[in-house]
Amino acid sequence: MLKFLLQRIVLALAVALCVSMLTFGLLSGTIDPAIAIAGEDATAEKIQSLRVAFGYDKPFYVQYVNWLVNALQGDFGKSPYFGLDVRDLIADRMPVTIKLGALAILFAIGLGVPLGVVAAIYPNTWIDRLALSVAVLGQAIPNFWFSLLLIIILAVQLEIFPVSGATSASSYVMPMIVLGTNGIPSIMRLTRTGMLDTLSADFIRTAWAKGLRPRQVFFKHALRNALIPVVSVSAIQAAHMLGGSIVVESVFALHGLGMLAYESILRSDIPTMQAVILIFSGFFIIFSALSDIINAYLDPRIRVS
Amino acid sequence: MASSPYVIVDELTIDIRTANGVLHAVSNVSFELPQGEVLCIVGESGSGKSMTALGLMGLLPGMATRKAKRLVVEGRNLLAMSPLEKSDFLGNRMAMIFQEPMTSLNPCFTIGNQMVETIRRHRNISARDALTQASKWLEKVGIPSSAGRLDQYPHQLSGGLRQRVMIAMMLMCEPKLIIADEPTTALDVTVQAQILQLLSALQRELGLTMIFITHDLGVVSRIADRVAVMYAGQFVEYGATREVLKSAQHPYTRGLLKCLPVPGRSARGAHLGTIPGSVPSLTGDMSGCGFANRCEYVAPDCLTSTVPLADRENEHRVRCLFRPEELISGRTAAGATP
Repeated sequence: MLKFLLQRIVLALAVALCVSMLTFGLLSGTIDPAIAIAGEDATAEKIQSLRVAFGYDKPFYVQYVNWLVNALQGDFGKSPYFGLDVRDLIADRMPVTIKLGALAILFAIGLGVPLGVVAAIYPNTWIDRLALSVAVLGQAIPNFWFSLLLIIILAVQLEIFPVSGATSASSYVMPMIVLGTNGIPSIMRLTRTGMLDTLSADFIRTAWAKGLRPRQVFFKHALRNALIPVVSVSAIQAAHMLGGSIVVESVFALHGLGMLAYESILRSDIPTMQAVILIFSGFFIIFSALSDIINAYLDPRIRVS
Repeated sequence: MASSPYVIVDELTIDIRTANGVLHAVSNVSFELPQGEVLCIVGESGSGKSMTALGLMGLLPGMATRKAKRLVVEGRNLLAMSPLEKSDFLGNRMAMIFQEPMTSLNPCFTIGNQMVETIRRHRNISARDALTQASKWLEKVGIPSSAGRLDQYPHQLSGGLRQRVMIAMMLMCEPKLIIADEPTTALDVTVQAQILQLLSALQRELGLTMIFITHDLGVVSRIADRVAVMYAGQFVEYGATREVLKSAQHPYTRGLLKCLPVPGRSARGAHLGTIPGSVPSLTGDMSGCGFANRCEYVAPDCLTSTVPLADRENEHRVRCLFRPEELISGRTAAGATP
């Protein structure tokens, strides 16, 4: 198990390194940061002097190694647009995104898994069809439209939740619903398929033959096996929700990382972009490693040889 | 109670809905079994023997429906049981051992966990006592050093060991009726003999009533008191083991027996017997004898009339229009053409 964990961590670090190299290369190759900093009307000399001052004239690999060495020490540079250390900027924005992402994935799992289980226990009944409709709707409704719909109904007309901002806990409810609904379909359908597969397995027949109660058969014997693929998909969903909440954060004016990514791209703020992209990819790396570890716990065939 | 049979199966019929219509997997199977006796149900794949077992357990897949006049075990009417009563009964008074030890145990839980949950479902005992019981039963089925075994997962055990675990798990509540569905088929030949010996020894020791399903006639003579030969969802021959093996009367049983090599009697290099053709489709309306299309003695009557399971001497029942001495090959042009 320890060896498995170590392997997983080494692999995760290698992926992170590759991602940082790629983003650095792509950004440096497409945007001239000196022009971005100097502004559109700047003279060629001004731009050149900025280029030298920030070290953008050095070869790509030198720039990358410098950045990497600093980044490893927690220094992601200074944001030219915000005029702040990127590190402080991120520390400021991170909590909002993490709160929203955590709420959204809990919402998605909390609705998706039970719906999938019920649909599998009563396949091809009205319950199953209802669950399928929820899945199709969740998949098909665009985030921005659903956000506006919620704002109009729940905030403007019924005045239950604040329209936008992050002033209180209730501010997170509507963004959570929008972001979470996106994750429900895949989680729910995968739970259903997994449960249906497992329920026809030989060991389920054994469980019935032992006289176990339906509760034990469905939730102990079937669900444990059915959840293994669901964990992987939920992990990817969670990473998506943490890193892909740009639209939702913008609509609800939540100042999180998604909003920061949007702002930094708009201003060609390279150091901020780089850090944010690295963190987003970090979410994916962490969550896929996490899902492997959870699955190893769920499935002894991975864990015990 | 003592005089009435322990197991009564009266006209058990199982239909399965398929895309091609209704499949008559089991048709009017009836038998009675006194306590402590072993009935072997023999037949080839698709003859309905596993379905009979699952039907008796009430574990049929969703698209199968079960009908019967009576299904009685230990004086209890299985047909009238509520789901809760049924689950109280299964694993407790009657249990089943399955064909596939590789897939019949849950891969996610330890052997100990799966054994403990069984006994704690039916007996009000502490987790620690349940574990003691579990290791006692593992030793009983020949798994030594069983304390460590309880913490192992199914994938860490060989097929033979898993089948032993399965037997221990199903016997630990001391049910009186065991249904074993080809328990040795999926195992290595050497292990098959061990498992068979184990089951047979446990059956005698615990006085179990057993329904043993197999396609291997060699097994029958070793363990069965009675034997039922199944073909196309019906019993075609039923009686005491000695009676059926010594004086088989149905052409199908006789054909099966000819397929077995007999040490000393089968000539070296001689071909073993085969039964040409294959099991008929069980969908749609079936008229006439189910075996007619493969029977070398087929007569015109065989194709049209319904053949009953008729009583013969010595409680021997045979589903054939003819007595063995009346069987003449080549009665119709259609006879035994593949």
